[in-house]
Amino acid sequence: MSAPAGDHQGPVLTAHRAGLIGCHSCGRVWPQDQEQCNRCGAHLRPPDRRGLQAVWAWWLAGLIAYIPANVFPMMRTQTFAGLAGNSEATILGGVMELIHYGSYDIAIIVFVASIIVPVGKFLAIAWLATVAGRPATVDQAHTRLKVYEVVEFIGRWSMIDVFVVAILSALVQLGFVASIHPGPAAVSFALSVAFTMLSAQSFDARLIWRGLPLRSSRA
Amino acid sequence: MERDDRFDLATGRGLMACPRCDALHVEEQMDLGETARCVRCGTVMAKPRDGAFAQLIALSFTSMVLLVGAVFFPFLEVSTMGFGNASSLFDVALAFADGILLPLVLAVLAMIIGLPIFRAFLLLYTLVPLAQGRTPYRHAARAFRWSEVMRPWSMAEIFVIGTAVALVKVAGLASVHLGPAFWAFCALIFVNLASRAFMCQTSIWDAIEDAGMATEFPADPRPGVDG
Repeated sequence: MSAPAGDHQGPVLTAHRAGLIGCHSCGRVWPQDQEQCNRCGAHLRPPDRRGLQAVWAWWLAGLIAYIPANVFPMMRTQTFAGLAGNSEATILGGVMELIHYGSYDIAIIVFVASIIVPVGKFLAIAWLATVAGRPATVDQAHTRLKVYEVVEFIGRWSMIDVFVVAILSALVQLGFVASIHPGPAAVSFALSVAFTMLSAQSFDARLIWRGLPLRSSRA
Repeated sequence: MERDDRFDLATGRGLMACPRCDALHVEEQMDLGETARCVRCGTVMAKPRDGAFAQLIALSFTSMVLLVGAVFFPFLEVSTMGFGNASSLFDVALAFADGILLPLVLAVLAMIIGLPIFRAFLLLYTLVPLAQGRTPYRHAARAFRWSEVMRPWSMAEIFVIGTAVALVKVAGLASVHLGPAFWAFCALIFVNLASRAFMCQTSIWDAIEDAGMATEFPADPRPGVDG
């Protein structure tokens, strides 16, 4: 592959500037008025800031779902049919419990996966969507793309906590001795992760490289 | 820039746009083992590998077999004070089949079993005719696109880490034995890694296109005009 312009350091001709539209799914290039990629069937969307509405919508949905995920218990543990106590653990409570038992490594995994990653993801997507399309230097654009790729890669890993709850509640059904039931936070946390994944996916990385935004289309 | 017939700036024929930064590239024949990166953002755009289709087919079969095993063999076995509970993922699904958490269970099962199996199937559907040099099946393009869309949602490897965390949490409460299904999931991680090393979307799209799917922009309306 080579650029039509030939010079790798010089200005790069983008599909948008050439009056064409590139398919985000398979890379095929079509005339700008084409609406669907004839090769892979994906919907062709121009790289402008209108696409950011979807990003913000999913972002907000994820943020809303993240609140009950932290307030309500992730799971309820019942030991000796409730005689030895019922315990309910929120996300943070679960981490505290792990620290209490001395398994610091697992505590760190859970803490990173269910608190640091989601919060970091909210901040990162919000930042990317805010600066998208603004003029940037090449270095800044590379940084933003790096941030985006990290967000895209790491987002799925927040599901760990949901899987833990699912496995525990399936496994620990020991009748009288102990049983674990998933709490409402498990569902809302799963939804929050899914929504932020959708938010990250709706973000068009090509906007990072658009030197000049279509400010008029922002409304 | 010399004008040649390899690409057409009016219809986009022979051109490829980087999905990350929209930079235009001219499609060129690549040698096996080469890796093409976007000139602007460095995203890998194509990396054709020798025998990649055959490898991907083999790996897809492997992951299907492993996943079927993972569903029906016992996953974990837990026991304490004489109360024991061995569960395969299939048992788990049945146990929750009437609860209010059914949607959560279905979603989890879809992410760890359903989507990986479906993706493996779609990949086979796309690649088997291509590897044999036959015309691809009718919905090959759609099948491959869906398989790519589902990629982030199939979470087998995350499930394994989740299992590790669950084991530590339950260790104080009961003794736990790992079943064959757990090891199947671990093997699946490596199969997925190998599959990713051979996966080159651009080569597959080109193969689908070259194998005769109707993909060209219908008849160049303005011959000889360049952009």
